[in-house]
Amino acid sequence: MRHRLFAVLTAGGLAIAMLLAVPVPVATQGPTVAPGAGVPRVAATPTTWTVRRTPDGKPDLQGFWNNTTYTPLERPKDVTKEYYTPEEALAMINRSAAAEAEQTVPGTIPDVHYDFTQFGLDRSQAPLSLNLRTSLIVDPPEGRLPPMTEEGRRRAAARAEARKQMGGPRDAVQNQSLSVRCILMDRNGPPMLAGAYNNNYQILQAPGSMMILVEMLHGPRVIPTDGRPPLPQNVRQLGGSSRGRWDGDTLVIETANFTDTTAYQGSSENMRLTERFTRVDEETLLYRFTVDDPATWTRPWSAEVPWKKAIGPLFEHACHEGNYGLYNTLAGARLEEKRAAEAAAGKPSN
Amino acid sequence: MRSWPARGTIAAALVAAAFSLTTMPVEGQGPAYRAPRTADGKANLSGIWQALNEAYWDIEAHASAPGLVLALGASNAVPGGVGIVEGPLPYRPEALAKKRENVASRLTLDPENKCYLPGVPRATYMPYPFQIVQTPAYIMIVHTYARAVRTIYMTDHTDAPADSWMGWSNGTWDGETLVVDTTGFNDQTWFDRAGNFHSDALHVVERFTATSGDHLQYEATIEDPKVFARPWKISMPLYRRLEKNAQLMEFNCVPFVEDLIYGHLRKQPAK
Repeated sequence: MRHRLFAVLTAGGLAIAMLLAVPVPVATQGPTVAPGAGVPRVAATPTTWTVRRTPDGKPDLQGFWNNTTYTPLERPKDVTKEYYTPEEALAMINRSAAAEAEQTVPGTIPDVHYDFTQFGLDRSQAPLSLNLRTSLIVDPPEGRLPPMTEEGRRRAAARAEARKQMGGPRDAVQNQSLSVRCILMDRNGPPMLAGAYNNNYQILQAPGSMMILVEMLHGPRVIPTDGRPPLPQNVRQLGGSSRGRWDGDTLVIETANFTDTTAYQGSSENMRLTERFTRVDEETLLYRFTVDDPATWTRPWSAEVPWKKAIGPLFEHACHEGNYGLYNTLAGARLEEKRAAEAAAGKPSN
Repeated sequence: MRSWPARGTIAAALVAAAFSLTTMPVEGQGPAYRAPRTADGKANLSGIWQALNEAYWDIEAHASAPGLVLALGASNAVPGGVGIVEGPLPYRPEALAKKRENVASRLTLDPENKCYLPGVPRATYMPYPFQIVQTPAYIMIVHTYARAVRTIYMTDHTDAPADSWMGWSNGTWDGETLVVDTTGFNDQTWFDRAGNFHSDALHVVERFTATSGDHLQYEATIEDPKVFARPWKISMPLYRRLEKNAQLMEFNCVPFVEDLIYGHLRKQPAK
């Protein structure tokens, strides 16, 4: 596995190079930081940077973006501060990159899998935006999800029981996760959060509409920004119903009308999501979202992820069309059962 | 796969087109309609559009017929249509045989039944609205069906990096007309529910021209030397969805077809 070792070293080298090139805004760190303060500015961006505007005077958020991060949604239990030092952040990235490169034991059955370090699939090969935050959650200040309400806990238990009744993950296609079934992935959201790879987005801004194309699942989000009312409350969609508006130089997208299946982090179908997009420099689009779901959590919570400018184009991700893995998983399980039954009956298997 | 001409050629063609077409009416349509402009001075084709014809059943002229699913009766019957093609499709003999096989097995073979990406031009005249999001460098066409998306590259013209379901589209302006040249298709999509098909040599050139505030004239030239003896054309109007609250609705059809595709692989209860 020599190439894997090389990849780890490369990742470390990249991170070091990034740190050298990136002046860290130490002075702005602290309990009263404004959104975006954890995002290092790129050295090449002049301090006189002003946001480019579209012909209708709105900030131009268009382009290709990537939201890859090594920062976990929730702050690790053994970390007590809001920001890492650059050295600590680098060490965290290197530990995570090393774990990613050696995700399985070479020579074992789980190792028969595509190698994340090849094909640009591991996070160290993405246009990584260095984030000194110790968690994506910025509110509550502890960096962790707020406590669940009694109703939220009851719902989680009921969902777990329902899953148990459905049987094992290989018993039926519906028992697999939405992402394995190519229905919804974390990149699609909402909220849109990175997975291990392919965390690519393209934003188009046209009068009356914002278009966010998520590369995974070729997932388009076309968001009306013309002030129209939301869909009727009884019309529920996996991705909800979104409306966009500008709050100064920040694009705000509000989404409701989710389904019970969407269940983001255990949310109810009445979750309200507010996403805020602010271009903080040429290279960085700051993405902040707030989840408000009083039926699930004792208080709203917010998270923040810098999106980094990326190189296009996006490619077609025909996930469902090529989902041989899912088919083979189910077919393999049925074959195993057939063989076991034949063995029990003393018949030869073919 | 056809390679894209050099940028210089395109620029020259565009300049020529700009000079020749600005004062000329669009052929056969009387005085040319001039669409509202985008900020960069192009015809604004943005909006939610939909075809209104029977070509999604069969792009050729056809009489009405019973549907494919007995239980659905008349609600799934085939409405007759005058077709969007001039004359019979110029299939090569061996390809015509395959089309007939497709017809015979269309219930199991039609990729639409499996919620697969629809390909081009089929996406355009499926019975769902689609939205054109227009910016100077990229024009995206977002279809309701299967959330299919096409990106039309207006400035950065390149060859298709790999074959795909929706192809790789490069666009140019020919006066008032958006011309979209698409190659890089796989051989998995059909033209309709009648088994009309193509190979991975498919090359589609589409022309979108606004003929009123609420109509686009759509025309496409289909070229596929592996399947057809000569290129052929389709054309139809596309209609703006005029409802005040018109919007694309989610049509994530994967969960709708899972039992169809994987149902036979469900674990059977112990006997």
